[in-house]
Amino acid sequence: MKANDLPDLAHQRSGEHGVVLYLDGISVSFDGFKALNNLSLAIDAGELRCVIGPNGAGKTTMMDVITGKTRPDEGKAVFGQSTDLTRLSEAEIAHAGIGRKFQKPTIFEPLTVFENLELAMKADKTVRATLFSRLSMENQDRIATTLAVIGLKDSSDRVAGLLSHGQKQWLEIGMLLMQEPKLLLLDEPVAGMSDHETERTAELFLSLAGTHSLVVVEHDMAFIETIARKVTVLHEGSVIAEGPMEQVKNDPRVIEVYLGR
Amino acid sequence: MTPKMVTVTNFSRLYGPRGWAILGTCAVVAFVVIPIFNLAVPASSPFHVSAFWVTLIGKIMCFAIVALALDLVWGYAGILSLGHGLFFALGGYGMGMYLMRQIGRQGQYQSDLPDFMVFLDWKTFPWQWWNTDQFWWAILLATAIPGLLAFVFGYFAFRSRVKGVYFSIITQALTFAAMLLFFRNNTGFGGNNGFTDFKTILGFNITSPETRMSLFCITAFFLVATLLLGRWIVTSKFGRVLTAIRDAEPRVMFCGYNTVHYKLAIFTFSAVLCGIAGALYVPQVGIINPSEMSPANSIEIAIWVAVGGRGTLAGAILGAGLVNGAKSFFTVAFPEYWLFALGAIFIAVTLFMPRGVLGLLARR
Repeated sequence: MKANDLPDLAHQRSGEHGVVLYLDGISVSFDGFKALNNLSLAIDAGELRCVIGPNGAGKTTMMDVITGKTRPDEGKAVFGQSTDLTRLSEAEIAHAGIGRKFQKPTIFEPLTVFENLELAMKADKTVRATLFSRLSMENQDRIATTLAVIGLKDSSDRVAGLLSHGQKQWLEIGMLLMQEPKLLLLDEPVAGMSDHETERTAELFLSLAGTHSLVVVEHDMAFIETIARKVTVLHEGSVIAEGPMEQVKNDPRVIEVYLGR
Repeated sequence: MTPKMVTVTNFSRLYGPRGWAILGTCAVVAFVVIPIFNLAVPASSPFHVSAFWVTLIGKIMCFAIVALALDLVWGYAGILSLGHGLFFALGGYGMGMYLMRQIGRQGQYQSDLPDFMVFLDWKTFPWQWWNTDQFWWAILLATAIPGLLAFVFGYFAFRSRVKGVYFSIITQALTFAAMLLFFRNNTGFGGNNGFTDFKTILGFNITSPETRMSLFCITAFFLVATLLLGRWIVTSKFGRVLTAIRDAEPRVMFCGYNTVHYKLAIFTFSAVLCGIAGALYVPQVGIINPSEMSPANSIEIAIWVAVGGRGTLAGAILGAGLVNGAKSFFTVAFPEYWLFALGAIFIAVTLFMPRGVLGLLARR
């Protein structure tokens, strides 16, 4: 079963949203260092969740677990109704509907902006299909739409390596959108962006929420305050606070380990 | 548009007008000029192209196919194999055994068995050479064995995410191990003498000018076909995925591509190309022995590609031509200095021409 069953799930649990991602008691250790320590987290369908926390709190490791890059020592990671993420490969998880943006913008530098989006586009991604693939008009339109959304319409034929840092961030977000994921994991999406770009990113995320679920990891508190509805604070691999921004901001433990510094 | 028209327009798009012009000129030289000047112009004429040159160019074209094959995996997918000499040699051995059996009873010992088996006191054919008196079977062996080996080896290496220099070292070990196996007299692969003294191929005298010229033209055909097929691959979406794997493999995986399949596909295809090149090489040079599997040979292939320019295909051909041309010159003029010269070329290319000769030309 795939995450397509979400509306049903939401329907069954009348009154509350369906859960799109559920982490339960996840622990990961590297050479004795506990990167994640009994971490539990639930993301609702259509939710925009912000995750904050000091360096080394386990934010990136959490994303690694969700996307199949790291296997947890203990705990469950369930996507949609019953997709067990701890058993799938990175590619299978991507197909199930989870897209990830890396902390450092990771795009295909020698390819053009257009080609970057083409590769990311939701399609048959087997060897044979890509060998004989021809771009249909419909798909060209899809790419054009995304180009407009990420503001790179005029840079379509530019080599991606020549883009500015902020544009690279946007391109990676665009690649994520082309995958048509249900859940987007965004690791520091506005790092290196100008104020104007940051503002537009906030608008984009807010427009995606509702139809998509988003998990945003950021250090830029101003950005978090613009978009945040619910915030989760990680510290030493566990959740120490969770709730609306106002509440979290005034939590004495959060101030001590993160905000106060 | 009919499907056929689509294919034709796709095909013409592989190169620009200048690229097609250069390729066309090379094809005319290989298929018309050299055959005429070799077969029709008498040996006394200064314009005669001698058998020496036909064999030398034919040999270099085989190397160029190998360089193209390595460029596909190294230049595009970023997988530096230092074991491609093994696939080449395996192709050569497949063809070599067929040529041995073509000798029949005309060998030195006038036995049904090839000379080396009589010499090593073998009474029956080892199992691996079953049916090798059939040309089609030998060709199948020459292509399928390198492909199969690459597939199995690649499957385990790529699945275990062996990358970069570790992969290169394992491929070196692989070709070295195979060389030791083939060197042994009791494994039935001909020992250190390998296979030689060939007489005929498909019934034609292997040393006659016409046979030589036919082999030359077939090699040229395969070289052009490999180039165009390679170009078609790297300009397809598949080729762009390969480039993406080279530069940011995790990103490709998170885009939903199973990168193991991609690497396996191109690695196996590359090995098959090397097998074809080896099968074309052996009848032209007249010998195959385990030294073709020496680790140094495989490193040299990487140098050809680096010299010509990685990730360009045409550069691989150019590099194979330049380095082997230089090698032919050096081994005649100053034989003892060739390895120093090769080392110097490699250092110079690494320091001053990271994109190879073609990169240097393109910058102008």
